[in-house]
Amino acid sequence: MIWEVELQPLGRDSSREKICDEFDLITKSTRGGDQIISSSHGYLLRGALTPHTINVLVNQLLLDPLLEKATVRPIHSSVEKESSKESSKESSEESWNQLQSTNGNVSHNHFSSSDLITESKSQEKISQNYYFNVLLKPGVMDPVAQSIIAAAKDLKIEISDVRTFRRYYYSPEMKERDRQIWVNKILANDAIEQIIDRPIREQDWSNIKPYSFQKIVVPLRELNDTQLIECSQKGFLALNLEEMRVIQQHYQKLERDPSDIELETIAQTWSEHCSHKTLKGAIDYEEIIDGKSKREYINNLLKATIFQATVQIRQELGAEDWCVSVFADNAGIIRFTEEYDLAFKVETHNHPSAIEPYGGANTGLGGVIRDILGTGLGARPIANTDVFCFASPEFPDEQIPAGVLQPRRIIQGVVAGVRDYGNRIGIPTVNGAVIFDDRYLANPLVFCGTAGLLPVHHAQKSPEPGDRIIVLGGRTGRDGIHGATFSSLELNDTSEQLSGGAVQIGNAITEKKIADVILRARDLKLFTAITDCGAGGFSSAIGELSAELGAEVQLAQALLKYEGLNYTEIWISEAQERMVLSVPLDKVGQLRQLCEQENVEVIDLGYFTNSKLLNLYYGPEQIGEIDLKFLHDGRPAIVRQARYESPQKSNNHDQSLTLPEPSTILLDLLRCPSIASKEWIIRQYDHEVQGGSVLKPLVGKHEDGPSDAAVLMPILGRSEGVILGNGINPRYSDFDPGAMAALAIDEAIRNTVATGANPQRIAILDNFCWGNVQDPLVLGSLVRAAKACHDVAIAYGTPFISGKDSLNNEFRSATQRISIPGTLLISAIAPIPDVTKIVSMDLKEPENLIFIAGNTKNELAGSHYDLVTKLYHDEIPQVDLKSAPRIFQAIYQSIQKGLIRSCHDLSEGGLAVAIAEMAFAGDIGVDMTHLSKLPGSDLHNDHIRLFSESPTRFLLEVAPSHAAEIEKIFADLPLAKIGHTTKEPRLRIAGSDGQWLIWVSLSELKSNWQKLFPW
Amino acid sequence: MALPRVLVLRCPGTNCDTETKFAFTKLGAPTDLVHLYYLQKDPQLLHKYQILVLPGGFSYGDDVAAGKILANQLITYLGDELKFFRDQEKLILGICNGFQTLLKTGLLLQNDVEDGPLATLAPNQSGKFEARWVNLRVVNQKSPFLTKIDQLYLPVAHGEGNFICRKEWILRGLKQTSQIALQYVDSDGRAPLYPGNPNGSQEDIAGICDITGRVFGLMPHPERHILPTQNPHWTRLGLKNEGDGLAIFRNAVDFFRKD
Repeated sequence: MIWEVELQPLGRDSSREKICDEFDLITKSTRGGDQIISSSHGYLLRGALTPHTINVLVNQLLLDPLLEKATVRPIHSSVEKESSKESSKESSEESWNQLQSTNGNVSHNHFSSSDLITESKSQEKISQNYYFNVLLKPGVMDPVAQSIIAAAKDLKIEISDVRTFRRYYYSPEMKERDRQIWVNKILANDAIEQIIDRPIREQDWSNIKPYSFQKIVVPLRELNDTQLIECSQKGFLALNLEEMRVIQQHYQKLERDPSDIELETIAQTWSEHCSHKTLKGAIDYEEIIDGKSKREYINNLLKATIFQATVQIRQELGAEDWCVSVFADNAGIIRFTEEYDLAFKVETHNHPSAIEPYGGANTGLGGVIRDILGTGLGARPIANTDVFCFASPEFPDEQIPAGVLQPRRIIQGVVAGVRDYGNRIGIPTVNGAVIFDDRYLANPLVFCGTAGLLPVHHAQKSPEPGDRIIVLGGRTGRDGIHGATFSSLELNDTSEQLSGGAVQIGNAITEKKIADVILRARDLKLFTAITDCGAGGFSSAIGELSAELGAEVQLAQALLKYEGLNYTEIWISEAQERMVLSVPLDKVGQLRQLCEQENVEVIDLGYFTNSKLLNLYYGPEQIGEIDLKFLHDGRPAIVRQARYESPQKSNNHDQSLTLPEPSTILLDLLRCPSIASKEWIIRQYDHEVQGGSVLKPLVGKHEDGPSDAAVLMPILGRSEGVILGNGINPRYSDFDPGAMAALAIDEAIRNTVATGANPQRIAILDNFCWGNVQDPLVLGSLVRAAKACHDVAIAYGTPFISGKDSLNNEFRSATQRISIPGTLLISAIAPIPDVTKIVSMDLKEPENLIFIAGNTKNELAGSHYDLVTKLYHDEIPQVDLKSAPRIFQAIYQSIQKGLIRSCHDLSEGGLAVAIAEMAFAGDIGVDMTHLSKLPGSDLHNDHIRLFSESPTRFLLEVAPSHAAEIEKIFADLPLAKIGHTTKEPRLRIAGSDGQWLIWVSLSELKSNWQKLFPW
Repeated sequence: MALPRVLVLRCPGTNCDTETKFAFTKLGAPTDLVHLYYLQKDPQLLHKYQILVLPGGFSYGDDVAAGKILANQLITYLGDELKFFRDQEKLILGICNGFQTLLKTGLLLQNDVEDGPLATLAPNQSGKFEARWVNLRVVNQKSPFLTKIDQLYLPVAHGEGNFICRKEWILRGLKQTSQIALQYVDSDGRAPLYPGNPNGSQEDIAGICDITGRVFGLMPHPERHILPTQNPHWTRLGLKNEGDGLAIFRNAVDFFRKD
């Protein structure tokens, strides 16, 4: 028997308001409110429920009588009843009466009052057959449903199954065209939800067939090349012909055909996502700069550039080396205090977020948190960061290709996904950035990062033969099948349909419980190794842990969300919130006990061996035997072509436009999406949980100014701190991806140094998100960026400790090809000994001096100034590898000595935007009267001085009594006194000719900055 | 009695337990993080303690409604023990999700036999989860947690903190019995507009206590303002001796010291 419990809001119907606004936005109309009359939500409960028990459930669990009213209906299976609207309604009334009479007073009291029921009946008369039900598709994770089953058990009521739904009542006058918009664009996401526009029937509850075992062998040995490719495509394996041939040869040698699970395991392990075959493969690279060509054969790009820089820096540090584990584990690890190390990792979750933004971002964050839990012997997550790249929220709807979601929807979904996961799991989201460029339309980028605290001497892990393979956490379902291979492909207009299985929804509470178990088990030394189940599921996690050993795995042991999964689905499912541990036999009991206490499910999937083979069983049947050496080293190296050619410089752009006034340009810049306030996002993230926040993402007198970086005190009460910052600016990629990479590193370091980081103790992560790297020009630009990373990291003494790439971010349909700009995110982590030495960016008092440190140059290409003025320059900013580290060091010294009241780095929008932000954040005015003293070169006019985005520059607020000392520290470095703070709440900047160029009140500056995304 | 023993209750989704423990530990009070699992097995365990704290977080993911599932479990498995605990003149504190839970158990405001709960914490009027710092005024010091405190500066971080009474007379009753303990105010101490009142609560209510004063629930997080470096203005105004929230925990500990 199935019962439907519908809950309708008594007061404000905010979910109706929300979707009506969305409809009005999309259709540029005001019809939304006339079409959707009301909304509700509810539960379908299946089980042996009586009117009495359902009544208990509603009263004690499901209904808040102050906010909602409940209506309960039985759901019938009989088709005859369904076909007649009248009889269906009668029958529901009948049962309702039955419910009333059986439970008399109790139900009367708690379901508000009897007239409410009459009211709901009369409403049904109007609109009974005019509503949309939105349900999650069968098999999609529904945490609420799980919670209700458990909570009902507390009430001694057994429910076998629950589904949640949302319901929207619509006007019978709705036109078909509008109906299409509601159904296709607003009410549901087809990737995970279904719409039923009639009363729900029992048949809508799909009954999943139980699985009956059948071993599948793929007759690979006989296939010709065409068939091999077909086999790869049909199986969604994402393997190319050469790889298929190598696999074929391997099995020809073994004189047998592979089973499906063997082939899948190889495909998962060899996927771009898991093996990074492009960046670790060979590249034939040609670089043409100003017509001069240079060729280079690079064996392993990552090794030759990023890793190599770290190796060299660590060698130079010698005994002072503070890196603990780099590029070896789920995250990079560096030293922090005598008791703790720090782990840091940033991941991307781009493809899933394009298809289902909420679930994609949600599981992206969940995944990187598991990376930290699975680093070394398990680190405690202390902070999250998130960086997003989107198309403009105002991108015209009619130009959006089929199969692509509107940017607004992606933005809202992604932000909500990160919010719900981070807030629920109790990890503060403290730092981030949002970049806008319309080339992210079909491929939005979602970077999620987590930092963790790991006790010293916990960085190494090694499973021992005989250790049990123990899985903690969520059950395995059909969610996320083929995520690893899917994310290695390009998106196209049919990805949305094909990838249904690749979409996952997270459950933060399950992960929180696992985290609680892991950290306790770690301290009790209950396991020898740990890793997370990410892309590729068990196949990757167990494949990696057993790489040097071997394993016997019994897949029939896996706990499933529902019946019907075959052994291969169990093996490669990317169901969330699962960790794999290697546990000595004599510790298994203790671990199980701990799991029982913390309400975590645990399964024993088998054990590690010494056989160098991965033996897979389903019950008594062996379903696979994979040679681990072949699995991990057998992939044929790919050689890719790469080419970079510096763009032609054309010096004859028409610059004769009449330029707007500097103050107009400044206000335009403040309204630029990438510069504008992100308060509407930040406020939705709990950045205070765990209590470690020392410098918050929003700072200043009214707690709304943009902090350069976040500072945390991860061990409460201790003075040591951690600074997190980031650098990203894909606009420069179009001019020179090498310079872009250098600028991203400079920005990440600037952000952390501006708050007080020691430039000699900053570690960074790289995240390369690029287009289709089969195109030599796209790959060439990546090679150029990676080479620059090498040079800058060494010059700055800043090691890379971990990284990740996401390639093939390209959208292709019959008519268009949209590739993202080459995007490099640099994330920085810097331990500091004393958090009380840090500074914030908001101006503090009137009558202090304003200094600028660093050189300003005539290099406006790629600047936001060019973006808002529509001018075009050729010269893009270049970092000065010699002076930059010395400037960073001087800033650090000045902050340590307490000479600086506030410090802000100069980035998008240059000097003008930076000083405006400092002023309105502190509610302190500025008179800048010495613009002509700006250190630098080729400063032909004041526009260059105000808006150039030259790197390695800082604005400093200094008390007059400290001016001399600062000047001494900067003795042979570029530094100039350019103005002072005032109590008048305005920003005034005088031009070189002594006239006021800018004279704007702080409130006008701030309101422009806050206008685009109001909280 | 020297120092009271503190039990900070954990359950799936609890996440402010360690910083709550930090606050009590700083004051010297022995504090245990105890999972509901143990209390369910051995309800008597509760009686070893003098202070019970339901910390913030998302118990059971806020599924159904914030605090609802945990409240049900407390009623089902520990209902009598909790009443006994309160009646023994011990202290119960619910912070954020703990407040939402306490309210739904009926321990703060006893449910009406006929009409059910007297009040609820509804979704914020802004429709959003909000993390921000708020000014608070202690309305009266009936609750031992608020002794000698006039005002507080604390962060809130919640999506369901909008305190609503079922009827106007209930609100009036709460005023008469001095159960309205804490109100949101603006920076000048006056009745605030949004976002000074971050969720739209009636009468700007941020926290209430039961009729005895010994059961206290509040939406803001005192455990997140224990150290001076947690204050968002410390880089402007300098470091104070301690965070505002510590006073609440000190009061709880001193309540037993005086005895």
